[in-house]
Formats: sequence, C-alpha cells, structure tokens
Amino acid sequence: MDDFDRRLINRLQRGLPLVRQPWQHVAEELQSRPCEVLDRLHDLLEDGVLTRFGPMFDIEQFGGAFTLAALAVPEARFETVAAQLNALVQVAHNYRREHQWNMWFVLACASATELAATLSRIEALTGLTVLNLPKEHTYHVGLYFPV
Amino acid sequence: MDLDLLSQQLIERYQHGMPLCAEPYREMAQVLGCREAEVMACLQRLELAGALSRIGPVFEHTRAGASTLAALAVPLERLEQVAHRVSQYPEVNHNYAREHHYNLWFVLTGPHRQHLEQILDELEKDTGLRPLDLPMLTAYRIDLGFSLGAHP
Amino acid sequence: MITPLNHEQMLDLRQCLERGLPVVPRPYDALAERIGAHHDQVLQQMQQWQEQGLFRRVGLVLNHRALGFVANAMLVLDVPDALVDEIGARLGRAPRINLCYQRPRRLPLWRYNLFCMVHGREREEVAAHIQAVLEQQQLSDLPHHLLFSTRAYKQCGGRFAPPPSQVWAHG
Repeated sequence: MDDFDRRLINRLQRGLPLVRQPWQHVAEELQSRPCEVLDRLHDLLEDGVLTRFGPMFDIEQFGGAFTLAALAVPEARFETVAAQLNALVQVAHNYRREHQWNMWFVLACASATELAATLSRIEALTGLTVLNLPKEHTYHVGLYFPV
Repeated sequence: MDLDLLSQQLIERYQHGMPLCAEPYREMAQVLGCREAEVMACLQRLELAGALSRIGPVFEHTRAGASTLAALAVPLERLEQVAHRVSQYPEVNHNYAREHHYNLWFVLTGPHRQHLEQILDELEKDTGLRPLDLPMLTAYRIDLGFSLGAHP
Repeated sequence: MITPLNHEQMLDLRQCLERGLPVVPRPYDALAERIGAHHDQVLQQMQQWQEQGLFRRVGLVLNHRALGFVANAMLVLDVPDALVDEIGARLGRAPRINLCYQRPRRLPLWRYNLFCMVHGREREEVAAHIQAVLEQQQLSDLPHHLLFSTRAYKQCGGRFAPPPSQVWAHG
C-alpha cells in the first residue's frame, strides 16, 4: 500500500461525490486519472483491504426492504425535520451532508409496502420531496484498515 | 468468502451470544473461517442498512433497574398522536399498536420504579387515559433470538 | 490484581454499552478510553457483570422487523394462580416461545396473568404454531387471547443508566 492508496482510502471514507461522474471527480482531486483510480480500487478490493458488497437490495435476502434516500431541507428547518425523521422507527440512520440534498437517511422496513408508506409519510410530514436513491447504483464499500 | 453468506452466518451464530474478549471480531472470523476485516465489514454493512441495531449486551432489566409493560386503550382517531406522545419519552424503548381494546403497548425502563410511576402518572394526566401497569413478576423464558432459516 | 472501576466509570461504561460496541478490532480499548480506564479493567467489569446476571445476553442485536420477522404476537392467558409457575415454566420451554412472563392481573379491566411473545414471518403461521403448542400442552381451554402488533412506533434498547447530566431528586 503506497501513499496514493492511502489518499484514495481516506477520500473514500468521506463518501463519493454526488455527481454524474464521481470517479472523474475523485481522480481530479487526487491529481490522477479515472482509470488509475479504478485500477487501484480493483487492487485494493482484490487484496481484501476494501470489501465490496452488492447493491443495497442484496440485504433484502432476509426479507425486509431498505433504501437510501435524501431530502433537500431549507436550513432554517433542518433540526425540526431531523427530529421528525428520527421519530420514525424505520429511520435507521440520519445524517447531514454539505450538498443541495443535505439530509441523508436509511430506511429499514419490514416490506416494500411499508417502505412506500414510510416515504409517503415523510413527504406528508415535511412537505418536501424525497430523493430515493436507485438501488442498482447504491453500494457499500467496507473498509477496515487503519490509515 | 461470499459476503451475503457471511452475513447470514454471523446472524445465525452470534445473536444469542458472541465472544467476550479483547478482539471479539477476530475470534468470530476464526470460527467462521474468514478474515477479521470481512467480519467487521459485514457487521458495518448490516448496521449501516439498519438491519443490525447494535452489538453487545442486552440488559437484564430486573437487575439493571426497573421496567414495566404498560398499555393504553386509545380511541382510534387519537392513536397516532398518543403513540407519538408515548414515544417521546427516552424511557420508552418499545412501542407498538396491537389488536385489542388495549391497543397501545409500550415498555418503560428506568433507574427505579418510582421513576416509571411518575411517567405513567404524567401520561394519564396528559391523555386522560389510564394506563395498565404490568411489571414482570416471574420470568419463565427470556430468549429473544430469531432463526433465519428459509425465507420467501 | 486489576483495579476495579470506580462508581462513575461503571455508570459511564453502562451508558456506553447501552449504545453498543464499536466495530473496531479492539472495541473494549475504545470504551476504556472513553471512560478513562484501562481495557483490562473494562474486560474485568464485563466478566463480573455477566457472572452477576446483569446481561441477558451479549451478541448481535438485530432489527427483526427489517429482517422479515413482521408477525409479532403477544399471547396472553388467564392461568389459575396455583398453576401459573408450572404452566409458565412449561410454556416457556415450548419451541419458538421467545418470552414468557408472569405479570399481575388488573381486574376488572385485565384478567390475563401470563404473557408470551412469539415472532415469525407470517401471521397465519404464527397463529397456527401457537394453536398447536396450546393443544399439545392441553392449555387451549384456558381463557387466552392473541394480540398481533399492527404498527411499530418505537423499537430500541433499554436505557437504565441515568445520564450523568441529570440529577435524580429524592424525597
């Protein structure tokens, strides 16, 4: 593992940028090229430094329904809306990101029906539109390497 | 190792008990024949998805402090609002609607019994509804594990 | 000889444990640092508490609903007082009975004194299983009721340790 790997891992720990071509963006930040970034990623996955899981819906193998979603919350209402979401039993995590879509949350539900109902409830409660991340493109990359 | 299979094995094996030692995840990995980093990544993923609430002890409530099961008979049109009011207490850790005249059931935990009674009194004053207070007298079985097995 | 934790450290540790162990290679080192102790002291305390029965279990605490266990039934029975210990013990040993407790009656409003929890993936299956257990143990004739949950409003761990910032009034 060299310095570039370390910088890449540290960068990944902060989450991928929410743009159309995240790897282009990351490569620019690291003063590299997308192909090099992806090659290194591949190596780190091969070596077991990073662990790649399937798309989010793979966790539904046990019978529940999950999604990663986001809200664009007006700043003045941020705390209130956070409290509204945290009061829902289906909200597993709720965190802030510095982006137009500034509140990110994970819903863990018993069924697809409950998931849909919960998304509707959030929209009704907050008056905001929910951005529901497509499951096919939502991955978790786990990493356990002290860097 | 297939990570989804590992998730399954971790859940099956370590719900009821996990090693109590300085490096528990390493020991779990050894037992399952995989690497510590894989166990940790799996647990992190389960946790991030909200499938794993937490790792560690479940307190035996009679030793840890005081606990009671309470119930309310709530007119349907008020159920949502009363349920929300009940959930607001940090002392409430479970809160469910059930099919019965007594349709809201919740568990209160706290450092001592008087504290729970205070909350029940407050709820009664606030809602105008009298709660059933049903503390445990004897425990015959206290094992809350879920076997995954086959699923639809 | 490992110095035991002081009272404040014990309270702090219990609070940390209510939130759960971190997913790091040496989770008790992390907790020890948080409470200002050594990991040996924390592990010693954990062993002691386990021996004293403070922990029902130490393991992975799952979100069972999100794992598909949506049928959550509370079986309540009205058992003659003289028989409740015997029947409670027997019922508590039956397959898939997750919890079995005696609780007080609250007559005239609530007559049931034995409470069992059964979880499963499907309502009909859980109901059928409970029916089978009751028949097998010849308890079907006892007044009983099955209360399925219809909605979960809150589900999290117990909070017993008073937060350090809060003062408990006496008298």
